[in-house]
Amino acid sequence: MFAFFIRRLVSLLPTLVFVSMLIFGLQQLLPGDPAQILAGEDQSPELIAHLREKMHLDQPLPVRYFYWLEGVLHGDLGESVRTQQPVLELILQKLPVTAELALLSMLIGLLISIPAGIISAVRPGTFWDYGANAFALSGLSVPHFWLGILMILLFSVELGWLPASGYVSPFENLRENLAAMVMPAFVLGTGISAVLMRHTRSSMMQVLSADYVRTARAKGLSERVVVLKHALRNALTPVITLGALELGTLLSGAVLTEQVFTIPGFGKLIIDAVFNRDYAVVQGVVLVTATVYILLNLMADIAYFVFNPRLRHA
Amino acid sequence: MKPGIGHVLSIALLALAPLFSSAQVLRVGLAEDPDLLDPTQARTFVGRIVFSALCDKLVDIDEKLNIVPQLATSYEWSPDSKSITFKLRDGVSFHDGEKFDAAAVKYNIERHKNLKGSNRSGELRPVISVDVIDPLTVRMNLSAPFAPLLATLADRSGMMVSPKAAESLGDKFSATPVCSGPFKFVERIAQDRIVFEKFPNYWNKEAIHFDRVIYTPIPDATVRLANLRAGQLDFIERAASNDFASIKKDPKLKSSKITEIGYQGITINIDKSDRAKQNPLGKDAKVREAFELSLDRQGIVQVAQDGQASIGNQWVPPTNTYYAKNVPIPKRDVARAKALLKEAGVTNPSFTLMTPTTSDSQKVAQVVQAMAKEAGFDVKIQSTEFATSLNMADKGDFEAYVLNWSGRPDPDGNIYSFAGCKQPLNYTGYCKPETDALLNASRSSLVPAERIKTYEQIAAELNKERPIIYLFHRDWLWAYTNKLSGVKEIPDGLLRLSGLKFN
Repeated sequence: MFAFFIRRLVSLLPTLVFVSMLIFGLQQLLPGDPAQILAGEDQSPELIAHLREKMHLDQPLPVRYFYWLEGVLHGDLGESVRTQQPVLELILQKLPVTAELALLSMLIGLLISIPAGIISAVRPGTFWDYGANAFALSGLSVPHFWLGILMILLFSVELGWLPASGYVSPFENLRENLAAMVMPAFVLGTGISAVLMRHTRSSMMQVLSADYVRTARAKGLSERVVVLKHALRNALTPVITLGALELGTLLSGAVLTEQVFTIPGFGKLIIDAVFNRDYAVVQGVVLVTATVYILLNLMADIAYFVFNPRLRHA
Repeated sequence: MKPGIGHVLSIALLALAPLFSSAQVLRVGLAEDPDLLDPTQARTFVGRIVFSALCDKLVDIDEKLNIVPQLATSYEWSPDSKSITFKLRDGVSFHDGEKFDAAAVKYNIERHKNLKGSNRSGELRPVISVDVIDPLTVRMNLSAPFAPLLATLADRSGMMVSPKAAESLGDKFSATPVCSGPFKFVERIAQDRIVFEKFPNYWNKEAIHFDRVIYTPIPDATVRLANLRAGQLDFIERAASNDFASIKKDPKLKSSKITEIGYQGITINIDKSDRAKQNPLGKDAKVREAFELSLDRQGIVQVAQDGQASIGNQWVPPTNTYYAKNVPIPKRDVARAKALLKEAGVTNPSFTLMTPTTSDSQKVAQVVQAMAKEAGFDVKIQSTEFATSLNMADKGDFEAYVLNWSGRPDPDGNIYSFAGCKQPLNYTGYCKPETDALLNASRSSLVPAERIKTYEQIAAELNKERPIIYLFHRDWLWAYTNKLSGVKEIPDGLLRLSGLKFN
């Protein structure tokens, strides 16, 4: 297992180099001139010329890539041309916010989806099954943006229970932090729970019809032990894969939800950077996101080992 | 000395004071996140809103666009109009305690002109040198008379930063800007908040009633309003026009509606590139006249802006002193439009109208498309992301473009760069030596009556070619808590904090 882990870590590096080259190249395909958009309304020719030079836009693409790579190897991701803040500082500012939102959303998602998936698999065709399915369907089909605005209107404007926006760091004030996070985390969590619930249900149904489960029942084990101890572990493998992917997506920023609740996270950072053609920021964020994604996949692989002992000997 | 009972009481009261008088905080919702907080390098409209709390200017404008004193108490033009002398306010200091004086003005103007990456150098090009006459008197020498100078100095070019801080912070100045405005910089978290606190030594501190001001960018207008209604914000700028009716009805809110100094219009490629020759609209002024006559401006305003704008046909609104009365807003006349097309020998002229992806611009494009169709035009809408559309406009890769301009207090700022030959914002390709001469004349006269005459001539010239069809001037829509009073409705759309307070 250890060798496997090391192998996977080593394979991380070429993947990242490839991703960074891909993004660097793709960004250049974006139409529009970054110097022009940065020059603002006045479009002063002197300023445009200065910005082109500053961003090395007058150099060929490979040269620009190496400028960037050189910086990265020295731990310098460059600076935002729009606000002159170092990209690393921006990322370190936003990543914890998005990470907290992603984890809370995942928590809500799991708390809803796993029990709902199990119940609807164990009692197919009942009220519980239909109820859970209806919930999953609505979670998938209601747009986050819309749900977010409705929640703000109800809980902030009408009832005044929760703040409509305004992120507070948990280290500053945990209560205010949770108050600001609960709505966005719920909006994102219901979306994930829908997907996870469907997968838990189908995977659980499959496992419950397997021979070893019949054997377990034949041994006279209680249904509770059969379902939770014997069936669930196996049923969770595909759910873990999916969960890791969903978490990766959440960590790369939930653009619309962050926009609605004014959460200063990754999603807002990258969206603004793309529209402002702030290449260094886009590049830095993508690099971090790609790393997180790959690491999460690695963690999912490790989780398989934990949940499925057979794999340890494979 | 034994402390008396009075002493004990007053100390106790002092200790309790913070419990009774909570700090007054003003929370403002912005439509975008500002760019660099350095007046020399700043480029966005939204940044100017924030600067009005942070950096004082030599002069300011009032509700009627008159120039009023700020850091300069008075000014005087030389007889040949080639220099202007400012008397400066005494006893003003920067947030770092440095004294504001004539040398600081000289430093700032030179910084605006020479700093690499300055966005002010173009605006201040006519200023060739600055002389310090005495600590409170400074003279700017110009290459030629330049009437728009004062309006320019009422904006970012007139903002003064602390020379000491600018020198020591270098290119990191914008991270912790130091000016002399009513509030000083505390912190900025990109895309989250900008926090300022009251500057205790502000020269006009009696007019400042808040201890802190926090600016929060919230791009979605609906969410911005929801935050105001939920009490999370005290003031929002650029409320959505379709929310304005409900804002007016809400007893907890107050609102302001100010006609902008900019404009919304359709910029036509008449000679910027070969594409101009390839479509009837770019080729023939008669077709452009027909196009203009096919449009009902009031209808456009009703549909695209929910009526929250005033119609116009020039670079300044009809209420502006410099509006050319000889070229009034034409009424919609579909029959005449059709006749003009016939005269031009064009049937069913077709062209592409490029529009940024903002919903306001798209609505304008759709209404224009429907109206022009009745006169026989086939308008194809091409929605293009803003950065891309700007680049295409610059390259002349468009036929017509829905474009707006946030406006400058002097009319020159709304026309010179758009209609002058080879100017940076001239996307139409319009270039006439007669018009150039008039544009230059409009800059060099300091007498308003003369300038009005010149602008009338410019309007008449431009009306022959119609490179830009001006449609309307939006209203700046502000909404704020009914506790707030003293809101000054200045047409540049920037919130002033002097005099603003909670009831």
